[in-house]
Amino acid sequence: MPTSKAEVLQGTLDLLVLKTLDSMGPMHGFGISLRIQQVSRELLQLNQGTLYPALLRLEQHGWITSKWGISENNRRAKFYSLTRAGRKQLEEEAESWDRMSAMINRVLRTS
Amino acid sequence: MREILREFSHRLTALFRRRHLEEELDAELRSHLEMSVELNLRKGMTAQEARREALRGFGGVEQVKETYRDQRGVPMIETFLQDTRFGFRMLRRNPGFSLLAILCLTLGIGANAAVFSWIEGTLLRPFPAVAKQDRMMALTGTTRGVSGSTGVSWPDFLDFQKNCTLIESFIGDRIMGTTLSIGDRAERASGSIVSANYFDALGVRPILGRGFEPGEDSGRNAHPVTVISYRTWKDRYNDDPGIIGRTQRLNGVQHAIVGVAPEGFYGTFVGYEFQFWVPASMQETFDATGYKLEDRGARWIEGFVRLKPGVTPQQAQGEISAAAKRLENDYPTTNRGSGIKLFPLWQTPFNQAGTLLPTLEIALAVVVFVLLIACANVSNLLLVRAFARRHEMTVRLALGCGRGRLLRQLLAEGLILSALAAAGGLVVAHWCHNALVLLFPAPKGIVIHLPGKIDWRVLALSAAVGVIATLLFALVPALQAGKIDLAGALKSESGGVVGGRGKARIRSSLVLVQVSLSFVLLVGAVLLMQSLQRMQQASLGFSSQGVLATSVDLFAAGYDTKRAKIFEDELLDRLQALPGVQSAAFSRIRPFSYRTYSSAPIAVEGYQFAPDEQPTVDYNEVGPAYFVTMGIPLVSGREFTRRDNETAPPVAIVNEPMAAQYWRGKDPVGERFQSNGRWIQVVGVAKLSKYGTIQERPKPFFYVPLRQFFSVQGSLQVRTQQSPSAMAAALVQEVHALDPDLAPQETITMREQVDRIGYTQRLGVTLLSVFGGMALLLSAVGLYGVMSYAVSQSTRELGLRMALGAGVSDLMRLVIRNGLVLTADGIVLGAVAALGLTRLLGDMLYKVSPRDPLAFGAALVVMTIVSLAACFLPAWRASRTDPVRALRD
Repeated sequence: MPTSKAEVLQGTLDLLVLKTLDSMGPMHGFGISLRIQQVSRELLQLNQGTLYPALLRLEQHGWITSKWGISENNRRAKFYSLTRAGRKQLEEEAESWDRMSAMINRVLRTS
Repeated sequence: MREILREFSHRLTALFRRRHLEEELDAELRSHLEMSVELNLRKGMTAQEARREALRGFGGVEQVKETYRDQRGVPMIETFLQDTRFGFRMLRRNPGFSLLAILCLTLGIGANAAVFSWIEGTLLRPFPAVAKQDRMMALTGTTRGVSGSTGVSWPDFLDFQKNCTLIESFIGDRIMGTTLSIGDRAERASGSIVSANYFDALGVRPILGRGFEPGEDSGRNAHPVTVISYRTWKDRYNDDPGIIGRTQRLNGVQHAIVGVAPEGFYGTFVGYEFQFWVPASMQETFDATGYKLEDRGARWIEGFVRLKPGVTPQQAQGEISAAAKRLENDYPTTNRGSGIKLFPLWQTPFNQAGTLLPTLEIALAVVVFVLLIACANVSNLLLVRAFARRHEMTVRLALGCGRGRLLRQLLAEGLILSALAAAGGLVVAHWCHNALVLLFPAPKGIVIHLPGKIDWRVLALSAAVGVIATLLFALVPALQAGKIDLAGALKSESGGVVGGRGKARIRSSLVLVQVSLSFVLLVGAVLLMQSLQRMQQASLGFSSQGVLATSVDLFAAGYDTKRAKIFEDELLDRLQALPGVQSAAFSRIRPFSYRTYSSAPIAVEGYQFAPDEQPTVDYNEVGPAYFVTMGIPLVSGREFTRRDNETAPPVAIVNEPMAAQYWRGKDPVGERFQSNGRWIQVVGVAKLSKYGTIQERPKPFFYVPLRQFFSVQGSLQVRTQQSPSAMAAALVQEVHALDPDLAPQETITMREQVDRIGYTQRLGVTLLSVFGGMALLLSAVGLYGVMSYAVSQSTRELGLRMALGAGVSDLMRLVIRNGLVLTADGIVLGAVAALGLTRLLGDMLYKVSPRDPLAFGAALVVMTIVSLAACFLPAWRASRTDPVRALRD
């Protein structure tokens, strides 16, 4: 069984991917991994490979779709883009994330 | 929730596009790595560094793929498919083992499927063309204080129809027979007198013409119309498309053919296939006992009800009982003590369902035994093979295969065996679907219809049996395999000992189970055989040899009472003049026929009935010389003569129990009793005989002269030493001489007549013998397997014994003794079980105790002989052990 740590990580990764696609538009897997590393200022050291099962899961849930296309430097790559359901999911998850972090902050400050 | 469903459907579809998706995954990951390498090169790394760095950032490619695959497909199904493929390969590699296992299971599952299909086709859904049979129940009348069921009177039937709100429809239905003459071919045909709603309520649409219209069941003889069966239309009318509107003579009355029933509709009488239907208004035409449509006291119609959706049988019974109670209050003279009872279709008392039910129940129990025995056999085979595959299992475990996975693999192999066997079993069931008909003695003119039916329920049940069987036979070996001790298994197994405990224990206990189950079946079969034999030897109270029975359907030929009386007298005169005929007599009812005796309330001079006593007695109307002809002795008084006619005072002959009960042992000759509103004088006492079945208990019964209670429909008994066929030929001649348009029906011995009633007993014996034989064979195979395996595993011990001076006979005795010890344990277990179980045979046993020591003894002998036979070959092989080779290996 996966530990609770892995579950948290998985949920976080989902949120990051959705957010990235939301702000950057359709992207391929490599692009997404670069972007996440940049934005997190290299603090989040994830194996790029773990991204792919996550992408598949998001696609299975209908939150993103994929299409083969040509990358900026003329390479065949699979491009992922956010669906309407995915956008809604992102809003919900971002909101619950906000609530969650606000709560944790409060707890940490009050003691 | 939606996401989960969507994900699952994604995963499922992924199963079918695996290769394509795999290529895509490869391409995607390759493109990722290439982009990564390119970026690193641009950062100024060397080609080698760039590649290493890209791979490091990505993580393990194969691990990612593996996680990805788990996310993509359905891992459970994928491993199941793998297991299945592997299982097939294993079974193909051991064709002998696979064939034997499948054969055993096919017998087990096939026997179950066959019995299921019989139960489905004859008891649960007996009327294939009828809609919504699950809401149908059989309707019968009851009499307070009297067991058994009666019909319902027509006025009562109409009142129920009007007053019951929980019941969607009342379907009236009464079996009857006639002679169907088309062209120059005359044959007995069976049909039904039905309520007008019959076809509509059953949901059966005639393929030509129409069913009956509302109102066609009312008015005395007002609607001479008939619907004929599909087969009659095909065979007798050569599927004439212009049949509708033509007329057909039935019982002397021209009936207009208004419809042809669809193919597959045989009527609503379990066991028989009907040829025609007429509305209830024609009752008088087909019933020799007179007009009954307005008589509340005449209880003759049987039938069915269909409950409204959602109504429980209890609710319906409550409502209809209340209605019957009201009728009892409103019409006390006719309805006192009359009730109504609803039965589930499979318990219908007025057709063959009731007769078959106990037999099929026993058959069901027996085939479960056969299945268990078959499973034990296959389990044994699997255990042997598990031993042979120990090496494979050990290697797989050592390479990191989970024990759960190993278990799944073995269960999958078991499921394959079961699935193949279930398919085979259904073929067996299909072959057997007509077996009940073959075992059923058909009176001439009646088409027996007892189909086994393989529908989705039987398929589902057989599949379930297959799964359960798999769990039964594969679980033990699979769990055994899971227990392999890696370290121990890698060392070599040392030689076993004959009869040694330990590993062999499971296998021996399986044989124990087999032997004990077979023993129970054997005891059951012997008990039923004994019972059948006792029944054949049972004293009937009349001669079954040398008495022939036949009949001439004067009623159907349109004879009235006067003509019938003249005809019968003349025929008797002619018969008695024939050489070889000792005597002949008519009677209304032939003993042991399916027709029911008349029954009437009686009052006895000088006898006070207890308040709750039901003074109703069955009687038969018989002609002069009936007792001589049938060979029923009179203990006092005299036989009826031709002088006991319409003008003479009414007389009766009572049987011994009646004399004992109402005259308390005093000779009743000369005493009087009242019945049917007439005072009747007793002129004789007859010895007790059997009237309807062999198992019946002694009961009061009396006879009245046929002339004084005349019926146009009757049976003719002839006492003669001639064969039935010779007599039949003479009869045809004599009948033709009197009336060229008449023909006698089939001529049979009374013995045959009695045997026809004993059908279920013989069916029980046949089924139990067949299945018991199967069980015995399977157990013998099981015992043989265990013994020969034990011998093959202990060659070293046997060799050692031989080297130390044991002779051939010593070794044989050793092996046989072990086999017999196993058998003896099984027999003890089986005997204990049988003592408890044979009680379930209950009414099937006639004058045989369920614990009859002879039956147990016979079963013991058979079982011992069979196990000796099963042990002999292994023992012989043991005695041929070559000590030198055995010790060297």
